[in-house]
Amino acid sequence: MAEPPKFDKKSRYTEPRGVAGAFEGETMTRRGLMTGTAMAAGGVATMAFLLPGLGFALGPVVEDTIPTRWQGVGPEDDFNPQTYVPRVINLVPEVGDAGKTTIYVRTFNPDRDKVIPGQDPQPYVAISTRCAHLGCPVRYIQASQKFVCPCHGGVYGFEGQVEGGPPVRPLDRFYTRVTAGRVQIGDRFSLNSELERFKPRDPSNHLDGLWQYLYPSRPTT
Amino acid sequence: MKLPAPPKAFRRTPRPGEKNGNGRNGRNGAPPATKPTVKDTAVEGAATAVGWLDERTGASPFLRGFLFRKVPKGTNWFYTLGSATMFAFLSQAVTGVFLAMYYEPDPTRAYESASRITNEVFLGELVRGMHKWGATVMICLIFLHMGRTFFFGAYKYPRELNWVIGVVLLVLTLAMGLTGYLLPFDQRSFWATVVAVNINASGPIVGPYLADFLRAGAEFGPTTISRFYALHMLAIPGLIIALIGAHLYLVAKLGTTAPPWLKAEKKDLFREEV
Repeated sequence: MAEPPKFDKKSRYTEPRGVAGAFEGETMTRRGLMTGTAMAAGGVATMAFLLPGLGFALGPVVEDTIPTRWQGVGPEDDFNPQTYVPRVINLVPEVGDAGKTTIYVRTFNPDRDKVIPGQDPQPYVAISTRCAHLGCPVRYIQASQKFVCPCHGGVYGFEGQVEGGPPVRPLDRFYTRVTAGRVQIGDRFSLNSELERFKPRDPSNHLDGLWQYLYPSRPTT
Repeated sequence: MKLPAPPKAFRRTPRPGEKNGNGRNGRNGAPPATKPTVKDTAVEGAATAVGWLDERTGASPFLRGFLFRKVPKGTNWFYTLGSATMFAFLSQAVTGVFLAMYYEPDPTRAYESASRITNEVFLGELVRGMHKWGATVMICLIFLHMGRTFFFGAYKYPRELNWVIGVVLLVLTLAMGLTGYLLPFDQRSFWATVVAVNINASGPIVGPYLADFLRAGAEFGPTTISRFYALHMLAIPGLIIALIGAHLYLVAKLGTTAPPWLKAEKKDLFREEV
């Protein structure tokens, strides 16, 4: 008497799957399982140190690294609407002299300065000396009322607008306010060629038209 | 062409229980007829040490293939530019390690420590000078080596991958130049790096983020210099060493090319095919 089959050979769990080296009913070989497990374990172990390491190195890219820091630059009487007065502020106090920068400050001049609708005019115009080409320090020449850059010949007019050379946008400015009769300097902002205000960008980043989307503002600023 | 003879197999002292020539156990064998001289002992000792290593690593067939490989007719001094570049890199690596013993990658200490190396440390001026000028020499040698490869057509099949690896090595060497330039932290190196990072920022979309990565933030900050130092000391040299290994492996595997002015000798080829 023939023994009844122990399992139904027609079952989809037992029919051969064409897996090399597999016993009947196996959909995966033991070797395949072990190889897969070893690879997965190796992958997990690698990612366990690689991902935190990468995050560690890339962290500053997604952090605001420049906290708002209002710095006094002198009493209101020090400044006038006709000419710029140089002042030194500390951008990164932790690094000593390397973190200091010169700015040029004057009083807002209603006859001369453009007021952009929807953007409150700042009581003082505080111009950053960081050239909008590649970041060299520009210098204000009183005789010609221009800012000039020593590196590649950028020239800016009285409002910081580009008048010659390679720069792609006007000189950056800083927010200003008056507290107890003293002028204070705050965060940096950038301007396009219409002197409209934008979040700070790196030098060399265009801001007119569609360019502003190709050079997005970043979390660090 | 005749290859140099491979090193002779050294004659090992028979071990206890092992048969030697006269059918006796090695240790209990007859004493040598003459006392070995100091020179004999030294030579035997060196051969034993080399043999010990070779027996355990099997290095000699590999080294024979690597060091005594055939080179084509017409091989000339231009073919040494690659090795010259590698020696420039080794010189940079060694002097760099020693400079790192005195240099402090801190924005308030970097300049002082670098001038201390030049002015006070014994031979510091020489080692720093070698590192500084060696960097320029290495870049020059890379371009000469690249020019040799290009004008001799040595980048063609099957050596395209080696050309690609070479280009990556060139880019990494330039990155070494960029990251190393900041480290003296004087006015020139500071402003040159400001400009270089802002050139990185000029790339659309990724540029500003790349600049943030290099500076560790929106401005040159307290960790910018240590970041450049880590890239200059560890990350890029590691990649360069790995890729030099791959580059050399492919050179040994594929062999070098004959200079283009050499015509193939058809008669010889025919004879070999027969």
